[in-house]
Amino acid sequence: MTENILEVRNLRAEIAGQQVVEDVSFDVPKTGITAVLGRNGVGKTSTLKAILGLISRNGETVFDGERIDTLPTFKIVQRGIGYVPEDREVFSKLTVEENLRLAELQSNPNREFVANLFPDITARANQMAGTLSGGQQQMVSLARALINDNKLLLVDEPTKGLAPRIVTQVTETLREAAKSLPMVLVEQNLEVVRELAHGCIVIESGRVVYTGYAQELLADAELTQKLLGIHVESDGEVSL
Amino acid sequence: MSTVILLLLTGLGLGALYFLVASGLSLIYGLMHVLNFAHGVFLSFGAYLGWMVATTIGQTTWTGFLVSVLVGALAGGLFAAITELVFIRPLYERHIEQVLVTVGLGLAAVALFEGIWGGDAITIQSPQFFGQVTEVFGARVPNKVFIMILTGVIVLLALVIFLKKTRYGMIIRAGVENRSMVTALGIDVRKAFTLVFTIGGAAAGLGGVLASHYFTYVSPHLGQTLLIFAFIVTVIGGLGSLAGAAVAAVLVAVLQQFANYYIPGSPGDLVVVLLLAVVLLVRPTGLMGKKA
Repeated sequence: MTENILEVRNLRAEIAGQQVVEDVSFDVPKTGITAVLGRNGVGKTSTLKAILGLISRNGETVFDGERIDTLPTFKIVQRGIGYVPEDREVFSKLTVEENLRLAELQSNPNREFVANLFPDITARANQMAGTLSGGQQQMVSLARALINDNKLLLVDEPTKGLAPRIVTQVTETLREAAKSLPMVLVEQNLEVVRELAHGCIVIESGRVVYTGYAQELLADAELTQKLLGIHVESDGEVSL
Repeated sequence: MSTVILLLLTGLGLGALYFLVASGLSLIYGLMHVLNFAHGVFLSFGAYLGWMVATTIGQTTWTGFLVSVLVGALAGGLFAAITELVFIRPLYERHIEQVLVTVGLGLAAVALFEGIWGGDAITIQSPQFFGQVTEVFGARVPNKVFIMILTGVIVLLALVIFLKKTRYGMIIRAGVENRSMVTALGIDVRKAFTLVFTIGGAAAGLGGVLASHYFTYVSPHLGQTLLIFAFIVTVIGGLGSLAGAAVAAVLVAVLQQFANYYIPGSPGDLVVVLLLAVVLLVRPTGLMGKKA
């Protein structure tokens, strides 16, 4: 029996005729967080979208022992993949509660779990999601993915554009969720990666150029500089 | 003063008709990004079937009218559902082809109607109440105008309740805002597409029966004639906005009535097109449309 919840082989994807994912292969184990790293525009977000079928793709994707690369997006999500997109993508003209209800796919959704994890947004149930702060919208986006008993989460840049205090909050939420749920995490903030990720891959020009452990990569300043264009100091400080 | 009231109320009645057609168009575009040029034939089809049923029951009876309204709505809805399933669904994400297929269907359906019911307009008889007038602040307003307004308000309220209070309504509202994210939440948005088409078609079919009583005739081109104004209303209101369609329908119809009465040469249609041009220049997203 495979130890991986997700296996991606030779994934290619295009948007409007332009190849955005060239040849991506990687495995996601059944526990922990796998980080997808790389410079801007290398195809990290497109890789997540291709796995979900949100963009035109080919290659082989096996989720929980089943080929999903020919399924439409909604069926892939119904198999148990939660998605937290880049830039939140909450429905701004729906209330917070409506955003959550819309995401409920099972008869017994995890409302209590979500309410405990996100008391702030639970208190704002009747507020239009478009009027929330960026951090609160991120909580709604995460809550939508956690309200069902998913088997895997795809989380795309959850800390992008957030204040440091909110970044800490989001990091803690992801750490909590990851105790019971494997994740694929696209993240530019290497401090967050250092705190959360176990395995990692690095994508460059739509191809995987590194597969290994996140801690090992980030401990190697030269390699980090080469692959990510970021200098990591020995004390963990990051500079561009 | 009585003239102003008469023009206002007849404008509201005509606006209700425009709204019945435009509401479906707007929702369909908002959710599916399909400009449905076949929408007018749902209206004509509803009007014809409504007329046939009313003829059987009795055109001048209330029962005949009410059943024809129901049949017209069902016929429009069914025609629209079949259109979506057979012609639109295989062409998802191919918007140009979708537009072309709806244009073709619109032309073919009109030809079909001409083949079945003839090219000439058929005169419609209504219950006696429709031809009578009610005095409102000195204005003698035909009762059929109130029927149009009442129906328009009922349909608007029904649509608002559906959109606000049901899960499918929520899916449609969310889909208008961000369709791919709805799919990414595990929702089969195609069902919502069919539903929106059906609802839009039913509103148009209902509008067809009412239009046939308002204009006292039904013809193969009735729907396509009203469709032009419905498109104008949809664009002025903002593509995808139901509230925008309601506001714009009233605005366009009332303006049309006033222009026809007060300006020599009855240039109501021209004034409406000018209004469209002004709105597009000043506010390209329409009165209540979402920004790109």
